[in-house]
Amino acid sequence: MTDILMPALSPTMEEGVLAKWHIKPGDTVEAGQVIAEIETDKATMEVEAVDEGEVSDILVPEGTEGVKVNTPIARLKGGAAPARAPAKADAPEAQAAPAAEAPRAAAPAAAPAPAVKANGAGGARIFASPLARRIAAQNGVDLKAVKGTGPHGRIVKADVEKAPRGAASPAAATRGEARQALSLEQQGIPAGSYDLIPLDGMRKAIARRLTDSFRDVPHFPLTIDLEIDGLLAARQKINAVLEASGVKVSVNDIVIKAAAMALKAVPEANASYTPEGIAMHHHADVAMAVAIDGGLITPIIRAAETKSLSQIATETKDLARRARDRKLKPEEFQGGTFSVSNLGMFGITSFASIINEPQGAIMSVGAGEQRPVVKNGQLAVATVMTVTLTCDHRVVDGAVGARFLQSFKAMLEDPVTMLA
Amino acid sequence: MSDFDLVVIGSGPGGYVAAIRASQLGLKTAIIERENLGGICLNWGCIPTKALLKSGEVFEKLSHLEDYGLSAEKPRADLGKIVARSRGVAAQMNKGVAFLMKKHKIEVIEGDATLEKGSPAPLVKVKLKAGGERAVKARTVMLAVGARSRPIPQIGLEPDGERIWAYREAMVPKAMPKSILVVGSGAIGIEFASFYRALGAEVTVIEAMERILPVEDEEVSKAAQKAFEKRGLKFRVGAKVTRVTTSKAGVKIDLEAGGKAESLEAEVCISAVGIVANTDQVGADKVGLELDRGHVKTDAHGKTNVPGLVAIGDCAGPPWLAHKASHEGIHVVEALAGFKSPNAHSPIPGCTYSQPQVASVGLTESAAKAAGRAIKVGRFPFRVNGKAVAAGETEGFVKLIFDEKTGALIGAHMLGADVTEMIQGYVTAMTMEATEEDLWATVYPHPTMSEAMHEASLDAFGRVLHI
Repeated sequence: MTDILMPALSPTMEEGVLAKWHIKPGDTVEAGQVIAEIETDKATMEVEAVDEGEVSDILVPEGTEGVKVNTPIARLKGGAAPARAPAKADAPEAQAAPAAEAPRAAAPAAAPAPAVKANGAGGARIFASPLARRIAAQNGVDLKAVKGTGPHGRIVKADVEKAPRGAASPAAATRGEARQALSLEQQGIPAGSYDLIPLDGMRKAIARRLTDSFRDVPHFPLTIDLEIDGLLAARQKINAVLEASGVKVSVNDIVIKAAAMALKAVPEANASYTPEGIAMHHHADVAMAVAIDGGLITPIIRAAETKSLSQIATETKDLARRARDRKLKPEEFQGGTFSVSNLGMFGITSFASIINEPQGAIMSVGAGEQRPVVKNGQLAVATVMTVTLTCDHRVVDGAVGARFLQSFKAMLEDPVTMLA
Repeated sequence: MSDFDLVVIGSGPGGYVAAIRASQLGLKTAIIERENLGGICLNWGCIPTKALLKSGEVFEKLSHLEDYGLSAEKPRADLGKIVARSRGVAAQMNKGVAFLMKKHKIEVIEGDATLEKGSPAPLVKVKLKAGGERAVKARTVMLAVGARSRPIPQIGLEPDGERIWAYREAMVPKAMPKSILVVGSGAIGIEFASFYRALGAEVTVIEAMERILPVEDEEVSKAAQKAFEKRGLKFRVGAKVTRVTTSKAGVKIDLEAGGKAESLEAEVCISAVGIVANTDQVGADKVGLELDRGHVKTDAHGKTNVPGLVAIGDCAGPPWLAHKASHEGIHVVEALAGFKSPNAHSPIPGCTYSQPQVASVGLTESAAKAAGRAIKVGRFPFRVNGKAVAAGETEGFVKLIFDEKTGALIGAHMLGADVTEMIQGYVTAMTMEATEEDLWATVYPHPTMSEAMHEASLDAFGRVLHI
């Protein structure tokens, strides 16, 4: 018998949703055959069989949330002995004196986790004393981030009191809870007057990450108007050159390139706040927001400052297509240093996005449109585009953000300068 | 080369329990005892006094037989048999400890131990009971030497075994004194007062503080005094003993209370004014052991300033309670064995086995207020508890202190029949960090006196059901 284990689809993945099974008991699978689809925060990925054999059991039913990595999810007849989940690395330290008995804290880790219940609430139960839970709620401490020192690693009062008053401020945490506690009915929307779409992993991730960011990151917007007639002319020339190769550079591609160049010119804007210090990123890894069915995702153009416009254009097209198919790999959408969000195609003139943590800033790009402008005291018409930079004030101060926008404006209004 | 991984000096409830735990953890362990395995607790304290008090309690019940629709011919108390029973109970428990030591392969060394400089731990010299001397080397030495009754020679309060008794003499009276003066109204003083009063002696308790059972909640002190007075005990509170003089006929105690001098006389005086640690008898000075008013100074894991020497129980500071010593013993051994036992700071309950009994854990109301905590207080009297009424045990009440902000149970105080068996419910709740909601959500069996425990938790938040 061989157990098929819940795979880790990225280095940081701890759990996922078993979205779909492509096999059933009695099927014969071959190595490399797609057997299931796993949904994580942002992507749905296919799982391929490593071993071959006949499926004897499906251990975790379709639709189960919060399936821990390395949990057995299915079983094959024949083959080698059951594969075991690798032992957890958090085994207690070796004891100083000879001891006939392992520390009690080790006990729960001993047995491999049983199959997750179908009604798994998404995430393991956190063991905490009633008082610890209450103080955590009052102080806005996230129990997930607290290490328990009580029996069997249970979180006790002292642990919560020692914990930093976490991401959530007390008031915010209380508010957030109070809001969730009120049902739609309580808020005057009768049951039956709407359809309820269950929250999928992506929707939950968007809700959680953006709520955290908007609440906890001290953010402010900086807005600037750009005249893009020069950019539009340059784009035409570039695309004429590229026509034979089939690559077409969009305004957004040039925005990404210019943003990357400006980030190199003003490196303070290409930075992340961490409690240990300000992380100054070596490259401008520019994430672009892509709207997809049921949400959005932000694939990344790595080291965009080093890439040509045609390279960027090719990459963005490929990433956007695979994003819509939900086939991006985690490393393709995790870990950018800056984001660009463009709603110009919808005629939006200006907006301010929410910071995509841990990035220091996000740029919101509006529509390029003909507007009256005043030049040398004369009214004139120019194609104008408004961009807004939302900055994390912990790392990007007003003057830094302004210098970045100046640099960005100079490059975008006269793209030739990007060659400098 | 060490002979042992751990040598425990003293086989009281701290030492022998620590030795068992050490053996469970695979440590080669020895225990040194100069008198009886089980220490004071088993032989001269907790256990034999409970035997005496049970006799007193049963005897007292007999005087209320009519309340239960019963009658009997003149019950008589036979002091000799009562004491013999108490000694028999102690002997039985003592044998039990001997069996446990054998079962856990712990070597018992009978003799008087003193510390001498050594490495990695002090060397233990034992003057063997059987004669001769033995030097014992260990990787770690644990002091669990306990404490003894504190004499105050300045005022003549020195047990002589004749007119002035300490706990040991009070436990084996040869004849029933007609009158007794008990100095000190802590648990020990009150228990002896309770026992002797139940058997008919005239007993007066003298307390220097303004109330009896000074460590208990004030309401408990007050109600307990009333309950004891109903049984004929007399009290002098806020009374300072200035002189104790003995004669052939008895003992005279000069007092000063409220600025007035007074003299009380009785056949016997029982001294229960506190304890002194036995650290002076083990050569603490020879190894440079740091003490604080006689008690060994330790860190949270029992470590002393002397390498390889740890200390637990009475000799390491208050509260001077057997269960505190056992708990510390286990914690320190587990720390030695390389892992942290949870709940090193578990709340420690206290019990007094008088009639009625007193039990408590955590903060008193005044201590909570003094600590600046906003609190909620709940009470429930046994007088309206069905089981208590049925059993004719309506004295006393339950009083709870909650932290107002967090709802944490931070103090529980009980006066009543067998409350020492009930306090454990609250101790568990506090150790597990329960809040008021957990106590509310707990189902208490009906009919039991424990229902008053539920009601008190409801009362603190204005939800009491049966008042």
